Amino acid sequence: MQAPPETAVEAVLAFADDELVLGWRDSEWTGIAPFLEEDVAFSSIAQGEIGHARALFELAAGARGGGGDELAFDREPGEYRCAPFVELQLVHDWAATVARHWLYETADSIRVAALMESDWAEVAGLAAKMDREEAYHRMHAQMWFERLSGDERFEAALAELWPYALGVLEEDQRGRLVELAGREPVEPVERGSHVDGFAALHEEMTMVRRSVPGATW
Amino acid sequence: MIWEVFRQEREGQPFQHGGSLEAPNLEFAEAYAVEFYGRRAESVALWVVPRDAVREIEDPYVADVFDRDYRRVDGYSLKLKLKEARDRAGTA
Repeated sequence: MQAPPETAVEAVLAFADDELVLGWRDSEWTGIAPFLEEDVAFSSIAQGEIGHARALFELAAGARGGGGDELAFDREPGEYRCAPFVELQLVHDWAATVARHWLYETADSIRVAALMESDWAEVAGLAAKMDREEAYHRMHAQMWFERLSGDERFEAALAELWPYALGVLEEDQRGRLVELAGREPVEPVERGSHVDGFAALHEEMTMVRRSVPGATW
Repeated sequence: MIWEVFRQEREGQPFQHGGSLEAPNLEFAEAYAVEFYGRRAESVALWVVPRDAVREIEDPYVADVFDRDYRRVDGYSLKLKLKEARDRAGTA
């Protein structure tokens, strides 16, 4: 098989970083979600995202050499390519969390659909597999969206997070997000820099692995 | 609002009570039911029923006023009768 182009590997890695970091942020709700059923459901979605991250990291590692875990946990904070959108710590603000969840799943549906058409057969296959699980995530996001729509806090959170959400997608995919989200185009918060809380998140996320470097767990 | 969830493990099998959950409406109830009883391929079908729709019968015990032991099979040794029948038929 011909090696996938570096830009494609970079895109997969950025996607993996998004899923890993969002999975982490969402998992901060475990145990403190607004009610028990939602706690279980949202924790499961967080694990779903981390599962997707794992598959994407392994794909990127396969193209680059090395292992998925090394890509996920052994890089310096500056090497992560995740969008600032997924890094924001929103725990304790359920309205903002649901707003991000809905915006992210909407953006993700565009990204996954594009990857399903990828020339890189393994990526296309993985995207199709992810889409089946994402359908559940989207349903969950949509029911919450409908429940909170019109709520002042929720609408304010959507407006505040909107420029961040646009930054998740490649430029040519943003028009579609504008359509699906029903919002006006704005200047996106692009990938490439990290929010203030990211260093602390990275520290926590890699803590156990760094405690015994090179160990087989 | 409380919802009762019934699950079917395999096609053709009876639905059994899986548990109950709290959800503000049917849509949420469905999503949570799928989350709790459908994500590990442990069910092929699910029913969600608002608890209010379930009628609990207050006194389910139907008293046996007369002695009708003969209606029960537990005093009757089927094993022995069966053995005798088999011996007669030569199929033992």
